[in-house]
Amino acid sequence: MFIVATLAILVTMALTLARLYMGPSLYDRTLAVNAFGTKTVLLIGVLGFLFERPDFLDIALVYALINFIGTIAILKFWRYRALGDAVQAPPGSDAESDRSATGRR
Amino acid sequence: MDILLDILSWAFLLAGGAFLLIGGLGLIRLPDFYSRMHAAGIIDTLGADLILMGMIFQAGFSLVTVKLLLIGAFIFITSPTSTHAVANAALVAGLEPKLSTDDTESTPAAVESQDVTGLSALPDVQKQEGASSES
Repeated sequence: MFIVATLAILVTMALTLARLYMGPSLYDRTLAVNAFGTKTVLLIGVLGFLFERPDFLDIALVYALINFIGTIAILKFWRYRALGDAVQAPPGSDAESDRSATGRR
Repeated sequence: MDILLDILSWAFLLAGGAFLLIGGLGLIRLPDFYSRMHAAGIIDTLGADLILMGMIFQAGFSLVTVKLLLIGAFIFITSPTSTHAVANAALVAGLEPKLSTDDTESTPAAVESQDVTGLSALPDVQKQEGASSES
């Protein structure tokens, strides 16, 4: 029965890769990467059951966390062109308050 | 009892696989970014949780079930968050939703003057906000 689920996941991964290749905008591709990561988690878990090695679930757990962080990192990099604090503004200046307002949104 | 668990597991895994295929097809076929997010939502919530539930019925009461529940909880929390982040980033960047009036003969000015949902005015406001915050 896990073979059926594996085949379904693999076919859906192929469809997601097609969207990843076609996607007109960056956000389509980000969405496809996010869905692909979720299906990778499922595939690792199902393969662990298929090969009767449940230790694969640890890898799936780690991958579920990394997938989320990766999506947020892609979006943040595309918005600010930097992953850390790119602009070091002095405290109390206009840029500082504007940056805190941006962070609140 | 084993047969009952097997039948339940089959049903959950088949339903999850079907929802995954539906979501993948929607990701290919739907016309717009904001409508493609519905397909991605189907994959992330219903497909993933149904397949995890099918695996839980095969695992029984053990540490494997705890790990599966943890994976389900993480996906259940992080997937709507990341989908919301992608949608917010696209809206801030000014990606217009495709309205139903786009298919007819109406000009863009007519679409703007109708403004049924008020969505077409939203990206401009947020763009100005972002521009002022970057200056």
